[in-house]
Amino acid sequence: MSDRRDGAPEAALDAEGATDDAEDADSASPDGGHAAATPSTHTVRLELVDEPGQLLAALHPIADNGGNLLSIYHERGNKTPRGRIPVEVDFEATPERFEEIVDALRSEGVNVMQAGTERYAEEVTLLLFGHLIDTDLSDTLSEIEACESASVADVSLAAPQGTEEVSSARLRLEARAGETDAALAAVRDLAAAKDLRVVEPLTGVEA
Amino acid sequence: MRLAVIGAGAVGRSVVELAGEHGHEVVAVADSSTAVVADGTGGPGADDSAGVDPDAVVARKSERGIVGDDDPDDALAADYDVLVEATPTTLGDAEPGFSHVTTALERDRHAVLANKGPVAERYGDLRAAVADSDGEIRFEATVGGAIPAVSTVEDIEPGHVTAVRGVLNGTANFILTRMAAEGLDYDHVLAEAQDLGVAEADPSFDVDGTDAALKCVILANVLSFGAADDPADAREFTLADADVSGIRDVPGSALRLAAEDGQTVRLIGEATGETVRVAPRLVPENGTLAVSGTQNIVQIETSHAGRLNISGRGAGGPETASAVLGDVGRLE
Repeated sequence: MSDRRDGAPEAALDAEGATDDAEDADSASPDGGHAAATPSTHTVRLELVDEPGQLLAALHPIADNGGNLLSIYHERGNKTPRGRIPVEVDFEATPERFEEIVDALRSEGVNVMQAGTERYAEEVTLLLFGHLIDTDLSDTLSEIEACESASVADVSLAAPQGTEEVSSARLRLEARAGETDAALAAVRDLAAAKDLRVVEPLTGVEA
Repeated sequence: MRLAVIGAGAVGRSVVELAGEHGHEVVAVADSSTAVVADGTGGPGADDSAGVDPDAVVARKSERGIVGDDDPDDALAADYDVLVEATPTTLGDAEPGFSHVTTALERDRHAVLANKGPVAERYGDLRAAVADSDGEIRFEATVGGAIPAVSTVEDIEPGHVTAVRGVLNGTANFILTRMAAEGLDYDHVLAEAQDLGVAEADPSFDVDGTDAALKCVILANVLSFGAADDPADAREFTLADADVSGIRDVPGSALRLAAEDGQTVRLIGEATGETVRVAPRLVPENGTLAVSGTQNIVQIETSHAGRLNISGRGAGGPETASAVLGDVGRLE
């Protein structure tokens, strides 16, 4: 694993010219004399569409905003539940620049699943039951995905009496920090519209 | 204290039986159509006690379906210190329980309720009646049976309690526990619960979440009125303010999916001074709230004292009567 992390992808990136930007980042470091914050290493986890050029497009906001790219782990063989490719990027930046980078990635439409040590995704597990199949489960999942606050990380379905009877699903959602309630509200509304029932977790309660 | 016990179901009868052990005396007992009122002599062979003979009352009720030869109104008019209102819970106007309680208050007597109706549906009216009376009301037995939920909230002070949540219906909890443990479906487990006497022939009140919701509404009233400087500013809750969903349609497959993830489903009621909600919720399988069988648990979230958990028997004649008699003791 570590071989791949430190190997070819980084070299490839250098060839794309990111080194220039990395030097920019250096110039913003304490060398400048007035910057109080020292750059530290950050890891962000991104989700990319499997199309040519997507990786580069995702790296530009990092480099352009003063991040010094250290390594890229491109998990080509591994897809997220919604068919995207997870990419882990390590770079150096000051805390302030780090925030700018995450904002820039988001405004470029790159899905940031996790940033730094803080997981941008708060995880929440819930159950849905009812006529899940008749009401188009994949549409249900897409609609949850369409909600700004959350993405579906994992789905388990149990339809013991066949697809036309009541079935159950366990969903693991990843919500942005502080947006779990909004995500749950979106699921509730969707379930009400499709006459499905939701079993929500007791959030904020470590039972 | 001299008690008039109105209602001769499991709770009323247990109060009659256990009052003596708590140092109280039952001077009148009524069911819906009959009553017995002590005549002050204790009857032939009695000691100095002026109370009714508890064993005779319980025997008459179980053998002949009556508590005595007097009229229920005589019991309401008897010379008691505390009226114990243990008639079945009714919704809406909460009658006749509500009038039983206000009759006691108008006579400047105390009332202790095991009946949820008046405290859940007409809390504001009750508070107004208390304000005009030298009597007080207490209602520990209405929430969580033997569990001291209301008095614990009062001890901490409602203004320092941010939320109360828990498992407040033993029937629903029994069904969910059995469904998860045995992989059986709802209908199957319900039939079993009915055979065991854990569920009633018409289980709606329990499985639709109404019973748990009433308890949460009562707690919400305690929090809201207790935290308000002026009762006129307090928000009053009734069942209509509760967001309630039950467990009737929870499929076994949902419980299996929960178990695969180390979780389970419990019918959880939550009350704050602003909201009341009852719904099946996912909780960690081995967590505090995942009590099993007919056990109940009340979890109190406080501003300065962290979280308190009290679990125990949420129903049953002697258990609920213990809460009633504890209230009577607090009124002494």
